[in-house]
Parts: sequence; C-alpha cells; structure tokens
Amino acid sequence: MRVTIDGNQYDAPEGQTILEIAKENGIKIPSLCYHVKTGQAGKCRACVVEVEGMKGLQTSCTVKAKEGMKILTATDKVRDAQRLVIDLLLSSGRHDCLSCEKNGECELQEAAYFLGIERPSFKLGEKIQPDNSSEFIIRDNEKCIKCGRCIEGCNNTVVNEVLSFGYRSNDTAVVCDDDILMGESSCVQCGECSQLCPVGAIIDRNSIGKGRPWERKQTNTVCAYCGVGCQLTLHTSGNRVVKVTGVEGAPCNDGMLCVKGRYGYDFVNSKERLTVPLIRDEKTKELKPASWEDAIELVAKKFKKIKKENGPDAIGGLASAKVTNEENYIFQKFIRSVIGTNNVDHCARLCHASTVVGLASAFGSGAMTNNIAEIDKAEVALIIGSNTTEAHPVIGSYIKRAARQGKTKLIVVDPKWIELADFAEIYVNQRCGSDVAFLNGIMHIMIENGWYDKDYVKERCENFDELKTEVKKYTPEKVSKLTNISVKDLNAIAKMFGQAKTAAVFYSMGITQHTTGTDNVWSVANLQMLCGNIGIPGGGVNALRGQANVQGACDMGALPNVYPGYQPVNNPQAQEKFEKAWGVKLANKVGLTVTEQLKYAGEGKIKALYIMGENPVLSDPDMNHVKEALEKTEFLVVQDIFLTETATIADVVFPAASFAEKDGLFTNTERRVQRLNKAVASPGEAKEDWIIVQDLANAMGAKWKYQTACDIQEELVTVTPQYGGISWKRVGTKGLQWPCPNPEHPGTSYLHKDKFARGLGLMKAIPFKEPAELPDDEYPLVLTTGRVLEQFHTGTMTRKTEGLNNLAGPKITISQEDAKKLGIKDGDRVRVISRRGEIETCAEVGEKLIPKGTTFIPFHYIEAAANILTNPALDPVAKIPEFKACAVRVEKI
Amino acid sequence: MSNKKCVCVHELTADEKEKIKNFGQILDDYKGKPGALIPVLQIAQKMIGYLPGSVLKMISKGLHEPLAKVYGVATFYHFFTMMPRGKHLIRICLGTACYVRGSKEVLAAFKKELGIDVGGTTADRKFTLEIGRCFGACGLAPVIMVNDDTHQRVKPSKIKEILAQYK
Repeated sequence: MRVTIDGNQYDAPEGQTILEIAKENGIKIPSLCYHVKTGQAGKCRACVVEVEGMKGLQTSCTVKAKEGMKILTATDKVRDAQRLVIDLLLSSGRHDCLSCEKNGECELQEAAYFLGIERPSFKLGEKIQPDNSSEFIIRDNEKCIKCGRCIEGCNNTVVNEVLSFGYRSNDTAVVCDDDILMGESSCVQCGECSQLCPVGAIIDRNSIGKGRPWERKQTNTVCAYCGVGCQLTLHTSGNRVVKVTGVEGAPCNDGMLCVKGRYGYDFVNSKERLTVPLIRDEKTKELKPASWEDAIELVAKKFKKIKKENGPDAIGGLASAKVTNEENYIFQKFIRSVIGTNNVDHCARLCHASTVVGLASAFGSGAMTNNIAEIDKAEVALIIGSNTTEAHPVIGSYIKRAARQGKTKLIVVDPKWIELADFAEIYVNQRCGSDVAFLNGIMHIMIENGWYDKDYVKERCENFDELKTEVKKYTPEKVSKLTNISVKDLNAIAKMFGQAKTAAVFYSMGITQHTTGTDNVWSVANLQMLCGNIGIPGGGVNALRGQANVQGACDMGALPNVYPGYQPVNNPQAQEKFEKAWGVKLANKVGLTVTEQLKYAGEGKIKALYIMGENPVLSDPDMNHVKEALEKTEFLVVQDIFLTETATIADVVFPAASFAEKDGLFTNTERRVQRLNKAVASPGEAKEDWIIVQDLANAMGAKWKYQTACDIQEELVTVTPQYGGISWKRVGTKGLQWPCPNPEHPGTSYLHKDKFARGLGLMKAIPFKEPAELPDDEYPLVLTTGRVLEQFHTGTMTRKTEGLNNLAGPKITISQEDAKKLGIKDGDRVRVISRRGEIETCAEVGEKLIPKGTTFIPFHYIEAAANILTNPALDPVAKIPEFKACAVRVEKI
Repeated sequence: MSNKKCVCVHELTADEKEKIKNFGQILDDYKGKPGALIPVLQIAQKMIGYLPGSVLKMISKGLHEPLAKVYGVATFYHFFTMMPRGKHLIRICLGTACYVRGSKEVLAAFKKELGIDVGGTTADRKFTLEIGRCFGACGLAPVIMVNDDTHQRVKPSKIKEILAQYK
C-alpha cells in the first residue's frame, strides 16, 4: 500500500493507521490518548490531520490508511485545531512544568513545545487536591487530561479494575472504585497507570525529586523477584536506582509489573547492604570486618582441612535461585570439581522439587510445558494450589484478562479464597492435602463419561489401564467426603475440563509442598495426558516457578543428583563427559538435598556448609531445628547481599552483588532465558557471586581463568544440551526458550509437541495419602502457608522498602466460624501453637476468606515466622517438606 | 477523590433496607447476562428510589462488574441519583422563557421554603428539588413540574399553596 503524506510517498502494510505510518516514517503528529498497548482511542483529538476527499479533520490514530490516500499533517487548518486542543488541555489544569516530576517526559509538554504554545489562553478551573493516600502512587487530577490510558491499562491490561471515569462533561474525572481515595481503594499499586500516564497526573512517589529524566541512565534488565521474568528498566542517577518501569513489548510482561518489581527496589541501595567480608572473631564470637584475602584464605584453608580429615562429603553447598545461570553453574562446578562431592542443592528443593521429579518421570522433562503469552489459547484453565495474582502477579493478569475477554473459563480449586476465584466459573475449596483424591475423582468421572482424549491416550501415553483401575476406586461420593467438594461441583469440573478442546493446568506450591508432592504433580500430569492437553498451545502442565532464576539454577545442575542439563551424576557416560570437560575426577554418588544437608549438619555429619544467596533459617520448615543445626555446623560460610538471619550465625560472610549490579542470564518459569544488565556498581567491596566462587576455587588449587560471566556462559553451553544454541548475543531483548540445542534453533515455546521428551507419556496409578500431620483435639486447625503480594520469600529484599511493609505485615487468616468460637476478632493479637513451636501474630478475619478449620500464615516475617510451626516431614521421592499442611492451635492473647 | 464526590452519609431507613433486600433477589436473575448493568441500575433506582453506595457495591459483586465501572455509569447518566429522592420531585424550569419571566426567583423561594439546595431532599424525604431546561410550555412561563403535574405562571407567593397539595 502506498500513501502520500505532505507530498511525499510512503509504503506501508495494510491495516496501519495514519498515525502509525507517520510515526514509523518520522513524521511528527502530536498525540496523547493513543498508546501502542491501550490502542486507538480517538478521544483527545490532538492527532487530527486532513485527508483528501474526506470531510472535516480526521483523527489519525483511528483512521486506517488506504491505497493512494493523500494526507496533510501540517496545514494551517490542522495546526490551528491541534493548537486549540492542546491549549484547552493546558488550560484545564495546573501544568506547572518547572516543578512537575514529568518534566522532560511529558507528552503534553512535548506537544505544546512542538506547536509553539507559550502559555494557556484560558482560565483555570477550580482547585483539586492531589490524592496522596497511596503508598507508592500520587494522583493529581488537576494535571489529568482525561486521555483514559490509565483506565484502559488498569482494566484491560493488568485487569485490576480499579480506575474508571466518573461524572460527566466538565466534571469528568478518573476515579478509584466508587470515587474513594486511592490508598483506601482496591488498588494493588502495580503502577501500570503511572507507566501509561502521558502527563504528571499519576506519578511514582518515591521517584519525586530524584533527578530529571535526561540526567538518569536507563538499563533494561530482569526483575529479581518471582519466576515470571518481567523485564524492567532501572532508572539510575549516579549509583542509585531511583525509578523502575516495565519494558513495553517484553515477551513475559509487556510493560506490566507488580508492586514489588516496580516499587520494591530500595534494597539495592540500602545502607544495610554488606560491603566488606566478615569473619567471626574467635575470642569475642562477633562478626568482624576483614579483607577479601583473609576471608578467602580462611575459607579455603578450612574447606581443605575438613575435606582432608572428613572427606568431601562432609561439605555441602547451597546454590541460589536469585543469582545468574553462570553463577549457579560455577558454584556447582566448584562443589563438584573442587570440593569433590555432589552435595549441592538450592531452594528449588523447597518449592518445586516434586515438579522436577514428577514431570521428569511422567514426561521426560521437569519444566513448565507451555508459555505465558499463550494462556488465552486455553478454553479452560484449572488453577489449583496457586494464588497466582499474589505470587505471580503478572501471570495473574494474563489469566484474568483471558477470563474477562471470554477466551478462557477458569476453575479455581484452592483451600482459601484467592482473587482469581472472583473470575472463575467454578470455585471450590478442597481440604488441605486432598489433591490426589480430587484429581483421581475428576479423572474417574471423565473416564466414566468418556470425556477424555482416547486417541491421544492410545497413541502418546502408556500405562492407561493401571491408571484407569486406580481411579475407578475414586467414586464422586467417596471423593466428596475426602475433599469436602460436593459431588455436583466434582461433576461440573470434570465435565467442563474434560470436554474442553484445550485445557491448561496452573499450579504452584499448593500442589508441590506436600509429603505427597510428587504424587500430586504426577496426578496433574495424569490428568493432562488423559485429556490430551500436553504438546499443544494453550494446554500444558504449567508449574509456576517462584523465584527469578529457580528454573535456571535447576537447569545448571544446582541439584544433588544431576549435572547441568539434568544429566544424572550416577550415569557413567555423563560422569565421563563432565570429568573430561572439567579435567578432574568426579564423585558418582548422588549428593544430599537441602533438607538432608541441614539434618546431617545438625547431627555433625556435615562439617561445613557454603550457602550462596539463601536464607534457610526463615525458608525451611521447623525453624528452631534449622537454626540449631546451623549453629552446630563447624564451619558455616554465607554469601549474600545482606546480613540475613542465616548470615548472622555464619563463621565467614562474603558480601555479594545484587541483581542490579551484574551481567548474566536468568531463566524464567516458561524456560525463557533472558539477559541481566549491570546498572549500578556494587557497594563497598561487594563482588559478583561468580568472582567470589572463582577466587575461592583458585585459593583451593583450581586454575580457573574466567574473565567475565560471559566466559562461563560460553563454557556451560558446551555441556548443557538444552542451552546449546543460547548465547548472550542471541538472547537479545526477547530471550530464548530452551530447549535450544544449536545456534540456528529458534527456541521452544511449548514442550512435548508430537512426542514426549521420554517418548511415551507415562501414566501412573496414584493412591491417595493423607498429609503427615492431621488436626486432632489438641491441635484442631490446619495451617497452610504461602506468600502475599507485597512481600517476597524471606523478606531479605522486600522488607527494605518501607511502603511494602506498611502494606503487608504478619498475619494469620482464620475463618469467621473458628474466630467466633475462639472469641477472636479481626486485628486481635493471637498465639499460634504447633508441635514444634509457637508464634504471636495478628488475626485476619473476614467474609469468605478461608473455610472453617483452615488457617493461613504468610512465611515472610522473622517476627512471626510461619516456619517455626511447619512440619519438616518430607516427600519420600522429592524430599520436599510439607509446608502446606500441619496442625495448629490458635489462642487469643 | 474528585471534587464532585458526595460525602454525605445517609442512614438507611428500615423501609429502604427492606427494599434493598428485595432488590438483591432480583439482582440474582441478572448474573452473567451481558449488558445487564444499566437495566439493573434502573431497577434498583425504581425500587429503592435512589442508588445508595451499598447498592452499587452489591451490583458490582452481583454482576461481577468493577465497582469503578458501576460508579462511572451511575454518575454519568443524569437519570441516576445517589442521593435519596423525596416522595415528590419538584422541577423548576430555567429555560429561556421561564428565566426571563422570573423562574430564578421561584427557585429561590422553593429553596428557602424547603430548606434545601438544588439536588437536595428534605429531611422528611417528602420533596426533592431539581431544575429543568424547558418543558415545552413556554407560553405558560414560568413553569414548574411536581411529579407529572404542570403548574403554570408560578409566582414565589404561590408556592406554599402548591406544596400544600402534596403534603
């Protein structure tokens, strides 16, 4: 298609608007309400142009160009109209550019400059007070130009549904809920509105006065919190992060972020950051600053001594889901090739060990099978054991959007109310720990009614008869008794899910963190094989990973049983391969898991632990025991960005670099490998984790010569088949999804297409087992634990941001019925007691939050640590502890 | 909050509570029906007389529409009101003809007599005062309407007499 703009001819693809063609060809047309994400609006009329043969002026953001169209963008008539629009907008509010935070980035200011408007010609309206009530966002309706971009973003992008236009004509205003203050509204402060606002009407409070846009440096990198892998831009002034925005067009988040990702960055520049190595003084028993040389030498000496006296298996290492692939690779290489043991693991043990084991056995690969952007291709999505909008907020937005647009019907199965329940066609509460019974129950109904994919099962799976015989025992009536879900609901779920052409399952810790974690995961796999939902877009078993690089840490072999790329340590060929690559003899015995390492440390069998970027004191079950075990450990080395609860009991502490201070790769939950870019320098003498590991290795006799993290990346791709074609350069801005075996391979958006990684999908009969600890007279309530939106994991990072702490403090959620019986009201102080310990916290009591008999505590808080209460009972295969069900008693204080 | 936000809080009367309860039962029938929002708001206003804040929340939950959207629609259309309505609605025409024949004085007299402003309702919920823009009876100006009755050539001195008909 060829069009003429201002006398010049341009080629453009069909379907583009005049504004899009102009933008692409560098022709300036002022526009305000249009944004590539929120789409054409035609509201502000700043973008009007003349089109030959069309009557009057046309809004260029809405008119699609046609072959031969003749467009004029700069006639007197056009400019006069544009000037009037901008002049009226300037006049309608107080646009005080001198002090406005948006100065330099404001699209209204830019339009006024372009059109040569010196000052507004009209009188100002009445004064409106800015809304200062929200922790992170300030709204100033006086500067609002009513373009509607924030409303569009809030409702149709992030689907938080807080903003709308209220009133009419002159009084029209953007309102929160029923026109209440933003801080009192249902706003979750994701900041999408602030990112989309073209003027200074919605701004980030914490960035005010911290430098003008042209003074700041912008660096695109990947968020360090959950596993969604949101790309964000760090805006830095000097060596400080002063603002964060989401990267528009990024594959996993398209500009969206959550409150943590956007506003929880204070930890990077926190005064509490570790800046020098610390060594525990032998006399005073206190941690004292030391030089890098002394600290490295001491650790090398101690490790060598213990290795010599007690053997390499007396040393254990915990890698980290918060550091890069390169750093995890070098860490496990250090433990395996320099120490000489396979005792290396990381916190995936506590979140998705059961997924890795379960899915690897059933399918041949232990990762999330499908991808984020294709969520809306599912006709039905079952959300089980995942509070998606709080733990993976941006994926939550994708799911809400698919539901709102009528593309995907949701079934929510969770022991407590979650936000997605309000978007669901069917929402039920299962009894904590009854997931296998539930899944067997709906498979029973599906098989009875023929609501499953017979051809798929026949062609692509094996062992169907065994599964069929097992689930036959799970009649709806029996399952209803086991799960507390009505027969009617079970039938409805089985029918909706079984009859759907494509159906996806999303799950997270609610499935995995049980003594039956592997069983739960395999049951999900059974269901998806039965319904033929694996290996198709929009289907899949979508295990949502909880930490920024937990997928990468697993891929890099930070696990006791496998080398990088899941090659078993007890497979002689794999062993030989790595011995050759690393030039040393390697142990062929499977090493110890996190939970086992801590247990053995408590028993004195593990003498030394090297913990990189993890905080087991707060993250592991039965905290009192974990602390005791770590205190007993002869030599504890912790490498972190803060003096965490674990670091305070260490013998040596290494100060490390945060995510903002390093280059490297993170792999997100959908197997997308993305690039981290260094934005600021580390504080004091803190170093990137890979440098510390290399220094230590070399002090112990290795001769490693990695100059940059990229050198490590280049080595790891040669031994990790799934990463074979991945390089820093190829990853670019969109990332690459593994498997990507060679440099020509485009990456894999969904797994198991046409064929499972292991050949046939393996179905398995899974009998239901109860949780390890059930409520009784003494401990009558079930406790389940998890995350809240505003905090992350052990709080090491999020709790450095005051606003996040103001939004979410410690609590226990109790049902109204139980609270009434115990005489507890919302906000009361309560004591929670289990067989392992007790904590004090605040009660949250509200309508429909949680069913009778169940309670919930977020695990982020040291002052009310859920893991003092939790049961360390393990899944026999995956060794994952049962964080999701234990018995407690609650008392009013 | 916008400058337009009504911050007055009305205690719901027992009668209103009963009406809201009845409305709740009707609301159930509209669940999941596309385009139900405006008809439901109309029904609510007809049954309860106005749209109390709690009813907007009820509708938002019941229809699974964002509260902000419900509020936006309720404040956009003049037909909807979030203030209690009196039993009788008095509308004073301020159209050109009525205005030049003294309807402004008539309006002032009603305000004084009833002790309320435009848009307000008397404490006994008997009268609500509003303004109109021409009822198409300019020959009879100034004109007012009480409910569906038209009163012509109204003078400030006549208003007590008019109100008495509705007490």
